[in-house]
Amino acid sequence: MSGIDLVEGPAVGMAAPNIDTDQIIPARYLLRPRGAGYGDLLFRDGRCDATGAPLAGHVLNTPEGKTARILVAGRNFGCGSAREQAAYALRDFGIRAVVAPSFGEIFRLNCVRNGIVPAIVPEVAAAALRDWLADGARPVRVDLRARRVDSEALSTAFEIEEVNAERLLSGRDEIDETLSRFADRIAAFEQRQG
Amino acid sequence: MWEFIHCSLYNSRWRRIVPKTLYRKILDARTVAVRPSGERLLYIDRHYVDETCFTCFDALAERGRGVRRPDLTFAFADHTVPTRGGRTSIRDIEIRTALDRLDADAARQRIELFGMGSPFQGIAHVSAPEQGLTLPGLVVVGSDSHMPTHGGLGALGMGIGLSEQTHVLATQTLWHQPLRDVRVRIDGVLPPGVAAKDVILGVIGEIGASAAIGSAVEFCGSLVEAMSVEQRMTLCNMAVEAGARAALVRPDGVTFAYLDERARAPRGADRERARRRWAALASDPGVAWDREYAFDAARLAPMVTWGTSPEDAVPITGRVPDPAAAASPAGREKLERALRYMDLEPGRPMAGLPIDRVFIGSCTNGRIEDLRLAAAVARGRRVRVPTLVAPGSQAVKRQAEAEGLDRIFLDAGMQWGDPGCSMCVGMNGDRVGPGERCASTSNRNFMGRQGPGSRTHLMSPGMAAAAAVAGRLVDVRTVAPPGEERRSATGG
Repeated sequence: MSGIDLVEGPAVGMAAPNIDTDQIIPARYLLRPRGAGYGDLLFRDGRCDATGAPLAGHVLNTPEGKTARILVAGRNFGCGSAREQAAYALRDFGIRAVVAPSFGEIFRLNCVRNGIVPAIVPEVAAAALRDWLADGARPVRVDLRARRVDSEALSTAFEIEEVNAERLLSGRDEIDETLSRFADRIAAFEQRQG
Repeated sequence: MWEFIHCSLYNSRWRRIVPKTLYRKILDARTVAVRPSGERLLYIDRHYVDETCFTCFDALAERGRGVRRPDLTFAFADHTVPTRGGRTSIRDIEIRTALDRLDADAARQRIELFGMGSPFQGIAHVSAPEQGLTLPGLVVVGSDSHMPTHGGLGALGMGIGLSEQTHVLATQTLWHQPLRDVRVRIDGVLPPGVAAKDVILGVIGEIGASAAIGSAVEFCGSLVEAMSVEQRMTLCNMAVEAGARAALVRPDGVTFAYLDERARAPRGADRERARRRWAALASDPGVAWDREYAFDAARLAPMVTWGTSPEDAVPITGRVPDPAAAASPAGREKLERALRYMDLEPGRPMAGLPIDRVFIGSCTNGRIEDLRLAAAVARGRRVRVPTLVAPGSQAVKRQAEAEGLDRIFLDAGMQWGDPGCSMCVGMNGDRVGPGERCASTSNRNFMGRQGPGSRTHLMSPGMAAAAAVAGRLVDVRTVAPPGEERRSATGG
């Protein structure tokens, strides 16, 4: 996977706290092969009617929303199920950064492994950004090297562990990295266990 | 702080001086390497995969890699298996393909499989502990967010994503950022009619769905010490609904007695050695917790959820909250959204709310003790709404049938199903219909969790059975023992 350092483009806001991964992608779609694409499944039951037709009122169905690159969300975004398909759906839809006060932990780590920047910002900053985006998508810039979220409305620093920022920036294959650098240590550990 | 813990790995003098939590002790014992940033490479003792993990095997094949430790990897068919109407034909081609893939991948990689034909098939979080695969002090990971369940035995269980699982398959290790240490102390004894499920719903209702993000939660206190391993697993199972990455209960005599009955737990001299090791798995006195909570069990009541997050829990004697009374506009919006989805009026009493369906089972409440609680209420009564009872594993199913619980459920007009995740997640097609209201012993009342448009009320097995009999939410404490219905009101 290629690395990512800057995400620039239309951002949409979702005010609700605790948006769970069941909402991001319903369980009945989890058996789809990865190669078949997941973009159409993003927020499927909230964004589309029973026939799969997009609902006019949903923020991601507006002309700008369809091209969204950044999602500004509420507390505990991506809580619940471990399903990495939630990250697949965001990525395939085009979302490359999620800005929120906190994340479901497994989801956050899945984002890192799918080239999506999970940017943790203070609650007040997230709320101000969401308010600014209440009327529709607007341009926002998420700079991973500078750890900043910038927009006309406000600029704020975001948090991410150094090591996870590095994973996103490099896009390196984690398995290759572990085995090339730590194979001896792993083997030694196994030896000690007998 | 970090450097001290690092030192303690190598310096026995430090090890005695720096008090450690149970979580840190497991971490230190299973650390292969530490990055300068503090991230650790953990050795994985058990890896549980299921039929949603085919992407991992594809990713391995793409890289030309195999499974490093098939002997530490176990496959469970649980998320999509049929749980009613038999298992001879699966019409859904995606499900059939996924289950066939699990069979094929397990065979190719020489991974032990608990597939549909296995006498030990079941939900990983029920089947693995009951076989003795999960043991105290082990690091246990898997494809499901409810992996903290295994903490009921004192194992460090963590749910991980498919990419991390692929890493575990290839390397038998996982990169892990140390978690915050949170302690939840619950003292006292459970009042009558109050179950482990009520305890954890009470805790989450109090602390909220995001309180324990990035944390390992240790449950302790006299209530937890008096709990069975099954009850402890129910507690730990739902810690993830408060945001916890892991949950733990210190292994003790109750744990050891449970493990004595497990076919694959250590025996003989191995058992004695293991017990000495396990006995040391306790948080040291004087440990600095990042956060501590305390609860008094005596104040707990049977709980139900009204909304779309497990934090939306109230006692059955409570009412639907009023958005007008919310502390902030954001809080009001959240309440309004949940009440709209759940089709509930503010201020309405929870008791008496009509329901359409009941589900009893899941990794939260699909163990034998749970089924006994449900059967105690269902005995000699008839249900008013369709009710599915899905045991957590084949072993639970056999045990329930040996005790005659299946007869009680069937005589009550309930459906007695087969083991699997079933209607908790609806992947196998057992769903709650749009707009239907389900009383469920599962762990998530998320929008659409049990099917598009489904409305879920979480509760204990006894409460769910009582709801099935009444056709509405009812306080299980008001349901009289069998044969005494006429002397006591059953409604609420």
